[in-house]
Amino acid sequence: MSCFYGDFQALFDVSLHVDEGETVAVIGANGAGKSTLLGTVAGLLRPARGEVRFAGAPIGRQPAFRRVGRGISLVPEGRRLFPSLTVRENLLLGAQARRRGPWNERRVFEVFPLLEAIASRSASALSGGEQQALAIGRALMANPRLLLLDELSLGLAPIVIQSLYAALPSIAGEGTTVVLVEQDVGRALAAASRAYCLLEGRISLEGPTSELTREQVTGAYFGV
Amino acid sequence: MVWVNAVVQGILLGGLYALFATGLSLVFGVMRLVNLAHGDLIVLAGFLGVVFTHDLGWNPLLTLVVIVPLLAALGFVGQLAILNFTLDSGLSPLLATFGLSIIVQNTLLEQFSADQRGLSAGTIETDSIRISNEISLGWFPLTTFLVAVVLLVGLQLVIRWTRLGRALRATSDDRRAAQLVGIDNRVVYAVAMAISLATVAIAGIFLGVRTSFAPTTGPTRLLFAFEAVIIGGLGSLWGTLVGGVALGIAQTVSAQISPGWGVLGGHLFFLAVLLLRPRGLFARADAS
Repeated sequence: MSCFYGDFQALFDVSLHVDEGETVAVIGANGAGKSTLLGTVAGLLRPARGEVRFAGAPIGRQPAFRRVGRGISLVPEGRRLFPSLTVRENLLLGAQARRRGPWNERRVFEVFPLLEAIASRSASALSGGEQQALAIGRALMANPRLLLLDELSLGLAPIVIQSLYAALPSIAGEGTTVVLVEQDVGRALAAASRAYCLLEGRISLEGPTSELTREQVTGAYFGV
Repeated sequence: MVWVNAVVQGILLGGLYALFATGLSLVFGVMRLVNLAHGDLIVLAGFLGVVFTHDLGWNPLLTLVVIVPLLAALGFVGQLAILNFTLDSGLSPLLATFGLSIIVQNTLLEQFSADQRGLSAGTIETDSIRISNEISLGWFPLTTFLVAVVLLVGLQLVIRWTRLGRALRATSDDRRAAQLVGIDNRVVYAVAMAISLATVAIAGIFLGVRTSFAPTTGPTRLLFAFEAVIIGGLGSLWGTLVGGVALGIAQTVSAQISPGWGVLGGHLFFLAVLLLRPRGLFARADAS
């Protein structure tokens, strides 16, 4: 697919596929088109050319709110929490799509115990790590088949990032497919089984993370 | 005691202004839309009341059973069919609602002529509770005030505690993020407009029983509603109630000083609030 912002083309005939149950990383430098890619899958953006297929059906014309109902949830860059609502209300809103599945408030609190202690606090009064945990929890409440994580580690302390990544196996363990967009290459490759590298709107490298060498990744990331 | 009476009557009058302002405040809070047709829709509700009371002989308060759902449906459809597109396209919703205002006014002129009309609710209009020689509470103003309080408290509870209320607040915070949790913000806006016009229906009937009105009365009602919303603070329903009461008191106290000064006093009070507390008495902390 190809994507534009006005006349600016952000993605050039990018094609990728993710199998059910996989954890896939999409890495790339700033401006490589990673967030555009996720936004297109989530339905915030429409591809100018090409299509988005989910579970065999084309969904390229469906608005974002309907894709949540089909099982695609995005944890957006910058988290986009609802600041005038409490932590618990943010979680409850995640369940607005009324999808059935393993995730509920109690299960989210098990994976992110820090949220339970602050459940009645306003979402505008959270630390960066708490915000990110809440954003992931809110997305999980929709019981997604496909969870899209945009820049999980951006602006967070290493120890916080580590605890967030520690939660990923329990998410994938429920059968949820995860697509992980990251600038933090090492972290993303360690968590995923396959990876795509984007460079200036094109895929410069793809393959199982176990087979990618450091030289290949560096080359694909920087385009040298 | 005349001053105490002026304040008491002002509080009750403020109930009517709060009724005018509730829907305006809600719609602004949820979708940042200033509905310039709000006053004219209040008058439209009044004229619908005229149709049912004069032609069918109903009591005005009974007509609410029909007019509230009717206007709510009108709000829901109007939001989906017209106003949502103005929000998305960047075409100013102000222009669209201004156009609607003109259409409503002229349709009413065409149908009902420019005559002053009123609704008669029977003895409740003139009955009163006598507190002392100088103070007596009219049953109807008292009812109006209580209805306003119940409506605003009820609406506040819905917004605070229900699934719909959460969706309204979330959409108000960030409509793109709301879409990401599966909320169709256009439907949420339509529901908000339906609730708004349901309150408009109540306001219109209470206006019609309290005083006479004509097709061109709308903009003045809009002005009072707008002042109540601004005095209270944009986006706060509690503020709207307080704003309506404050405006009512300002008007009746000014009228006590000199009978011609009532409305002017209200406007001056509004300007004073704008100067001293430009964000209103109860501005929402995050309303920037």
